[in-house]
Formats: sequence, structure tokens, C-alpha cells
Amino acid sequence: MQNTTRNAGAYTIKGIVLIIAALLLFAPFLFQDVRSLEVAARICIFIVLVASFDLLIGYTGIVSFAHTMFFGFGAYGAAILLKEMGPGWTPVILGGLAGVAVSMVFAVAIGLLSLRVKAIFFAMITLAAASVVLVLASQLSQITGGEDGITYRGPDLFKTATKLVTDEDGKVIRLWGVKLNGKLAAYYFVFITSLILFLAMLRFVGSPFGTVLKAIRENEARAEAIGYRVVAYRTAVFCLSAAVASLAGTVYAVWLKYTGPATTLSFAIMIDILLMVVIGGMGTMWGAVIGAVLMILAQYYLRDLMGVASEALAGVPVLPELLAPDRWLFWLGIIFILLVYFFPKGIAGTAMSGGAKQ
Amino acid sequence: MNTLTNTLGQTLGRAGGVNLLPLIVAAAAFGLIGAPSSWLTLTVAGLAMGMMLFLMASGLSLVFGLMDVLNFGHSAFVSFGAFISATVLAGLGGWLAADSWMLNALALAAAYLAAISFGLVAGWFFETVIIRPVYRDHLRQILITIGAMIVAEQTILAFWGGTPLSVARPQFLEGSWIIGDVSIEIYRAFAFALGAVVFVMLYFMLNRTRIGLLIRAGVENREMVESLGFRVDRLFIGVFMLGSALAALGGAMWAGYETLITPALGGELMIVVFIVVIIGGLGSIEGTLLGAILVGLMTNYIGFLAPKLALASNMILMVAILLWRPNGLRPAIK
Repeated sequence: MQNTTRNAGAYTIKGIVLIIAALLLFAPFLFQDVRSLEVAARICIFIVLVASFDLLIGYTGIVSFAHTMFFGFGAYGAAILLKEMGPGWTPVILGGLAGVAVSMVFAVAIGLLSLRVKAIFFAMITLAAASVVLVLASQLSQITGGEDGITYRGPDLFKTATKLVTDEDGKVIRLWGVKLNGKLAAYYFVFITSLILFLAMLRFVGSPFGTVLKAIRENEARAEAIGYRVVAYRTAVFCLSAAVASLAGTVYAVWLKYTGPATTLSFAIMIDILLMVVIGGMGTMWGAVIGAVLMILAQYYLRDLMGVASEALAGVPVLPELLAPDRWLFWLGIIFILLVYFFPKGIAGTAMSGGAKQ
Repeated sequence: MNTLTNTLGQTLGRAGGVNLLPLIVAAAAFGLIGAPSSWLTLTVAGLAMGMMLFLMASGLSLVFGLMDVLNFGHSAFVSFGAFISATVLAGLGGWLAADSWMLNALALAAAYLAAISFGLVAGWFFETVIIRPVYRDHLRQILITIGAMIVAEQTILAFWGGTPLSVARPQFLEGSWIIGDVSIEIYRAFAFALGAVVFVMLYFMLNRTRIGLLIRAGVENREMVESLGFRVDRLFIGVFMLGSALAALGGAMWAGYETLITPALGGELMIVVFIVVIIGGLGSIEGTLLGAILVGLMTNYIGFLAPKLALASNMILMVAILLWRPNGLRPAIK
């Protein structure tokens, strides 16, 4: 009986994830406005980002606050080169590789430094490192554009004016009412790279290496006693997750055609990632998908709802202030605390294990 | 060669060991800055900043030492302390502007008391509601205190709005003393003195009273104290409330120091407070004081010598100290 509920839950979650994947695959045709496409692309990228963070927090039990730092390295790598070298594929690839390289160096340095101190310091040290990088990015304005960030053009293929398929008159062919232009190509670039990265991570956590990580999370001393070098595994997974986050940053930079501290490095994004992982469910790659989708939809659409509620309560003191669209983080914070109390496994984890009381 | 380093080490140890670090930093800065007057001004600023950082960090350090609880929401107390004291000061504007220093001091005391009492109540609430259910689970502690920090920050935004708030300073703390060609801001000297008084009180409480003895014993080995029949969890609530109150006081003093505060203040200071706690070593207020003074001095000296480096300097200091002493300078936890 127990087993059937568990399987049913797991199938439900996987089914939901498949539906989300299908929706994302056909997003440009299903939701034909600019804002929806923005949301869909953001969801794709954040799924990867959150899943890579889940490798740390969910599979290994490491809390890092430097994830946006790696995301930023990837984004700034591509952005700076696209700005300097002009649009094209070379700067994207070079920038992506440079971002990964810098991320690796930082990850190894932080990892090795943290080996010397208590594991609990890790969270504090990563927080300090990330804040220093954030400040540097806004200070070194000759390179990074400072607070304003960098605006640049992506590869020519992704320009809205680019025609992918044309008819005899040289006009863009429409498929189900959607122009087959560069914007579509850009979306599918985001979708496919995100899919590949996500599948790679899924494969990774199923591998023997992933099993060792789970062992470390469950019982560090026992894993060490069996003969696994916990420290080496931790550093390795930190590097891996940094590299994936950096690649996600590069893709995001190509999609947005803008990179600044607010879109990549800010602490607010780190909080978003944390909320997504915990809401979705730590330690299941599926949870990352659900968390990212829910949070981003909430970010874009819940605010509108809250604005209505706030206006409706205009006469009451303080309440309209708390319900104002800008205060949506307040409510998310409360939901977050309640989730950590009552459903520490998040949505996916709870559903897959068939109830929170297990 | 080896015996030489050993004797050198022993001599240094007798002279104060790691406690000499701030002196070494100050001396090195004196050489680099050159002008004695600017050096003195910077040193006073650094000491004042260090004392305020100490107030904010001491609670965090003791709480971790005693109960193994890492509170990422500690910055909320700092922000609330700053905003509450600013509001009280604004409300008592008449007293502040008055010519009598008695009224000025009364207004300031009222503001600090408001911050401290808020810290006590909020600390009690935070401990019983937020942290108690997640004892001994670091991952959930970090997550839940982060959640609490978000809620607290948003509450401040809801009540005070996002625009910077200017903080009134009492008349008698305005201006500066001019000694020769050295000018010392009175508020800085005041902040240093108040911080020093609090440190001495804390030191005596921890080292001369029975409660302090229990706290220190609890930091060293909680299970043993519990098995002797003492309720460490009740003691812990007390320490947590005290720590929150000190953080709120630190925030209130910081508000007067900066004179313009934003809701982001707590988050910004939190990074520095973490660095202080890590450098000093968790669980000991002497270590925290040492770390705070070091960070305060470094920030001011580097800010003068190489402004571009100022923000990274604390990070570099932390890395250097951790490479030398992985547990911090004066940890209480073995």
C-alpha cells in the first residue's frame, strides 16, 4: 500500500514535469505575446540554475550563497566579449568558456579554503565572497558597466529581423500564426541548451557519483568510514554546480542582450533560487522544475493580483502596505518558513514520499 | 633557527599573542599613512566602528557557541534597532534640539531603550517561534532564519518605506573636538566609550557571575552542564534575548553614526558581522571584540589608503586569518 502511494506520487510529479516540458517546448505557439515568451525563457534558465543549486543543497547538504556569483561570471563573460568583439558566435563560446574557467577557479579556491574551517562556515564564506564580487561588478565600471550593466547585440541568427524560413516573396512564413524569425530561434536556443544541461544533471545524480553524494548527505561520517573522500566529493560537486550555473548565465546573457548586477548577481536572485529549491523540494531534480515554474509565475502574475487586493483594502491601516505588489516577498517569506517547518521536502519531495509524516 | 622562532613566539605570547594584532595593524598603517593627524582620526573612526560591530556580533557569536545555532536573521535586529531609534529620535525632536544636554541625553537614552526593549521582545519571539523547532539541524536553521530575515526586511519596508531615513543626532554629540591639528568627531568617541562600557559589563557578567559561569560552561560542553541538572535551554533564551538586544543597540548607534539609513542596512552590515565572527572565533566575546576592532581599523585605513580595495579588504583579511588559524583568532569551542 505504502509503495503504491509512493509510486503514484512519483508518477504524478514526473507527469507534471513532462507537461511543463511540453508547455515550454510549444510555448512560442501556445502563448503568443512577448511577456509570455520572456516568462518561458526565464523559466527554462532558472530550472537549470535551481537544479544546479539543488546538486549542492539537496544532494550534498551544502548551503552556498555564491550561486549567483557563478551565474554572473557566465553572464558577464559572454556580455563583455559580445560588447568588445561585436555580435557573433565566437564571443558567446569564448565568453561561456571563460565564465566556466573563472567559476572553477573560484569554486576550487572557496572549496579548499572552506576545507580548513568548520562546514557551517561555508554558508558565511560564500555569502561574503558573493557580496564582494557584487560590489566589484558595480565598482569596476570600465569593464562591467557598473550599476547600469552592459547592453550588446547577440549573434545575428537571434535578431528579430532574421528570417528563418521565407516564402517566394521573401516574407517570413508563419506557422500557426507565429512568425518563424530570429526571436523564435533565440527561444529554442535557450530551451534546448537548458534541456541538455538539465538532462545531463539528471543523468549525473543517477550515476554512482550521485549516489555517493546522497550517502554524504545522509551520513557524512559513515561515507568517510566506507572509504569515500568526502572533501574531494564536496569540492567536485561544488565545481560542477558552479560550471552549470555559469553556463546558464551565458545563455541568459545571450537571451536578454543585457547583463547587469540586478539580473545576475544580486542577492535577491539568490533568495529566489533558495525559495525555488525549497518550495519545489530539495534533493529531487524534479522539484527544481516545479519550484522554478511556480516562483516565476508568481513573480510575474501574483503581483497583479496583490495590487488588486491592496486597492480593495485601501481604508485599512498597514494591510494595504503589506499587500502592495512590492511586498510579495513578505508573503513568500512566510510561506517559505511554514514550508521549512511542515514540509521540509518541498512539493516534489512530499508528493514522492507520499505524505510529510514519513 | 627553530629555537629562535620558538622564543620569539613565547615572548609574543606573553605580551598578548593575537591581541597584539590590532596594534600591529595600527603601527603598519601609521607607517603607510605618514601624517599622524589623519592616522589618529582614522584610528578613532576605526575603533568606534569596531565597537559598534562588536555589539552587533557578540550575540551571534554567543548564540552559536552555546546552542550551535547559526542565525542568519540576526541582521533583522540590527535594522529594527536602527529604525526604531530613528523614529523615537524623530518623535522627540524637540528634546534633541533643546539647548540643555540633559534633555538631549534623555532623548538619546529613550531611543536606545526603545531599541533594546524591542530587541529583547523580538529575540524572545524569534527564539521560541522560529528557532526552537529546528535545533540541531543546520540546514533548516539557515533556511528558516533566511526566511525570517526576508519577512523582517519586508516588514521594515512596509512600515518605513524604501526611501532613506535621516537620523537626528543629539546636539551635544554634534561636531568634533580639535586637538592640535587632529579632529575627533564627538559621536565616534561616544560610540567607542559606550561600546567599551558594554564590553566591560559583558566581560564581568561572563567571568564573575554564576550565570556567566554557566554560559561559559555551556559553550564549552553543553551536555555536561545539562547532565548536572541545569536548564541550558532556558539559559539559552536569555542569551538569545541579550544578543538581540545588543544587536538592536548596535543598530541604533550605527543609525546615529551614518545619519542616513535604508532598509538594506542590516543586510549590508550582516556580511561584515559574519566576517567579524569568523575572524574572532565563535563563542568568545574577547575574540569577537578582537575581530571587530581589526575589521573596523582595516576598513578605515584601507578606505583612506586605497578606496578601491576597501570593500575587498575585509574578505582578504578573513582569508588570511583563516589560513593562519582555521578556527578564528580566539575560539571558545574546542
